[in-house]
Amino acid sequence: MKLFPVRGGIHPEYRKDRTSECAVVAMPMPRILYLPLQQHIGAPAEPVVQEGDLVKKGQLLARGQGVVSAPTHAPTSGRIGAIDRVTAPHPSGLPQLTIVLEADGRDEWGELAAPIADPFAAEPADIKARVAASGIVGLGGATFPSAVKLNLGTQHKLQILLLNGAECEPYLTCDDRVMREYAGEVIDGARIMAHALGTPRIVVGIESNKPQALEAMTKAASAFGNIAVVGVPVQYPMGSERHLCQAITGLETPARKLTADLGVVVHNVATARAVHHAVRFGRPLISRVVTVTGGAMADGRNVEVAIGTMVSELVAFCGGLREAPRRIVSGGPMMGAPLPSLEVPVVKGTSGVLALTAAETNDAPAGPCIRCGSCVTICPCGLSPVEMAPFIRKDNFEAAAGLGVMDCVSCGSCSYVCPSHIPLVHYFNYAKGSLNAADRDRRQQERIKTLAEAHNLRLEKAAEAKRQAAAAKKAQTESQATTP
Amino acid sequence: MSSVYTDKSGPYIHAPVSVQKTMTTVLLALAPATLFDAWMFGWPAIFLFAITVATCVGLEALCLAIAGKPMRPSLVDGSVVLTGWLLAMSLPPWAPWWVAVIASIFAVCLAKHLFGGLGQNVFNPAMVGRVAVLVSFPVQMTAWVAPHPLFAPGSPGIVEALFITFGHGFNLDTMSAASALGFIKTELSRHVPVSQSIGQIPTLMDMLVGRRPGSFGETSALLILGGGLFLLAKRIISWHIPVAMMGTLFVLGTGFSHLDPDRFTDGIFQMTSGATFIGAFFIATDYVTSPTSKRGQLVYGFGCGLLTWVIRTFAGYPEGVAFAVLLMNALTPIVDQYTRPRAFGRTRKGEPLPIRGDK
Repeated sequence: MKLFPVRGGIHPEYRKDRTSECAVVAMPMPRILYLPLQQHIGAPAEPVVQEGDLVKKGQLLARGQGVVSAPTHAPTSGRIGAIDRVTAPHPSGLPQLTIVLEADGRDEWGELAAPIADPFAAEPADIKARVAASGIVGLGGATFPSAVKLNLGTQHKLQILLLNGAECEPYLTCDDRVMREYAGEVIDGARIMAHALGTPRIVVGIESNKPQALEAMTKAASAFGNIAVVGVPVQYPMGSERHLCQAITGLETPARKLTADLGVVVHNVATARAVHHAVRFGRPLISRVVTVTGGAMADGRNVEVAIGTMVSELVAFCGGLREAPRRIVSGGPMMGAPLPSLEVPVVKGTSGVLALTAAETNDAPAGPCIRCGSCVTICPCGLSPVEMAPFIRKDNFEAAAGLGVMDCVSCGSCSYVCPSHIPLVHYFNYAKGSLNAADRDRRQQERIKTLAEAHNLRLEKAAEAKRQAAAAKKAQTESQATTP
Repeated sequence: MSSVYTDKSGPYIHAPVSVQKTMTTVLLALAPATLFDAWMFGWPAIFLFAITVATCVGLEALCLAIAGKPMRPSLVDGSVVLTGWLLAMSLPPWAPWWVAVIASIFAVCLAKHLFGGLGQNVFNPAMVGRVAVLVSFPVQMTAWVAPHPLFAPGSPGIVEALFITFGHGFNLDTMSAASALGFIKTELSRHVPVSQSIGQIPTLMDMLVGRRPGSFGETSALLILGGGLFLLAKRIISWHIPVAMMGTLFVLGTGFSHLDPDRFTDGIFQMTSGATFIGAFFIATDYVTSPTSKRGQLVYGFGCGLLTWVIRTFAGYPEGVAFAVLLMNALTPIVDQYTRPRAFGRTRKGEPLPIRGDK
């Protein structure tokens, strides 16, 4: 298949070999699970259980609220210990409302939704409803509710379901392993999703540094004429959906549009596997494969772990830390989030837990910019980080927005190559946050203004009506007075 | 876990690069040509080189102290050593010590630190230093000598060299030689056509190897080229500026000498003489003062080549690389502004791309 060039990008040291040959192992069920209500993009889920309730494995614990949300299910059977505020796996270290589930050790399945016997004969709406009810979110790390993305077919004419197996982040091997070991499940899930979306074709994009995954997926897809498995160049950030879409289709997604506007929907391979489980067996998303690695970790592994497991227990399962890490990262080292401690739960978006040594992070204090232009050369979004950063240092967000900071996908390539170790992406995230907040404020102000104006108008109208009524009454009494 | 940092967003790995590594690599690339020319021009050149680099480092420390900036990171990053090094290479090898000191003051104090230090300067510091002394002391700055290899008969010993650099200088009447560019220019002013005078300059081989009069570091085109190719291979510089600059010089030289060989020197001569190679690979490619985008670098390289040719051909000075680079430095911000890459998903004007129809 012909591929298309993608601008910029970097070739970091991948450091995947420590775990790439480690088959997925299941971790024994921990005694206590912590299930935050917000594990996805959108509105937090709303608990449907109370403290003291006994629940079975797979039972709904909290339902999605609104259009963009996702429910959460019990990863094992047990008792609801509390619904309390627990430190979230977020750099802020702030607590978040979390369902605490005390496992009873029996791991008994509850009553599950009936399997959809022939998904390809089922109504797309039924598939979407099942995916939504199963709490499936994008497992690549973005955690956008998958059912919402499956709905894109209703508004767009879709051509291709692009299955993202690029796994361009260094260290991570969870998708690689899932594709190698569960290729059949992934392909089946993808076919079900394509049916729901109404896309005639499926293309699986896998970075060519994963030959075994390519082979396994090609074999699993060989029975189906409409599926192409494609090796894409090893070039970070190939796994960014816009860039993968461009590499495979040659189409460049316009700014502020979706790949769906070009007829392409991108889903992660692990998400496809979760869809397979939900549709074929009625099982909700209650576990995922996590890559546990990093120089400070005693043992690197790919672990199938129950959602809600404490990271500390997961790390202990992998032999613990062999030295004090400089950073603990949830996800990949390029776009992952730093964890404030190990005492936070694994959530649906946790693709990796990395304990990185100082040698691996290669941190250095930021120096002055020497305008080498590396960041301009490698920016996959065609931006000019060297020019945006000074504006943001001065909190001149409007100027940074004029240079396109809102088009930045925060892939981290510029920070990675900067010889002066300037944390460019940190600046851009700060600017994007500030601009978004300003935008929210402005919209709220406008809304308040409209409401206030409407309120005043109503008051005026009421006053006017009163005046007229009074005038009418007065005229009436006067006329009565004059007519004896 | 107090050792765990959550102070900034990712990435949490970093390429094995640093300013110091970059500067050291450039110095390494300059080393062969420097050693060759040190041998070629002997002890006076070595003294001049040492005094230039030492003065620049000392002035850097002084400026940092006055500004109250931390001393260590700026001194060890190698940037000021590179400035001093390039400045020394752009001076006549037997120039007196005070020329080097004054040039260093212009380079480090005025061009670099008054603008805010590393990364903030608009103009290439080494070229500011060179041009300042060139226009102030034209006699000393155009007093070239023929090569006097170390230990060769007739070349100055250490004591004599100390006198040349720190004392009375050298006898201009008996020792001085003209650079090829200067010779052609002088002959033209005496109405000797280029086609005639070009026969009397050093052979192409001597020009390439560096057996010719000229600035301390510029004469060995081949060694400079080797250093430049090394920088390209190490991805410290990209091909855009050198190719655009030398290509422009070559095309203009070749074209015009075809039109009028009596008036214009040819492209090969333009390429191999003066500071073309060191200018194209080491001076014009200075990160701080050149555009950041590749398109911008092509425009900038073209401008450097064009201005060099214009100055060499029509202006009073025989050599124009330094002036050309400084003039283009001044244009860098505007070049940057007009040559930004096209953002993903947007037109060059910044509008979102139209959606292409269904395939």
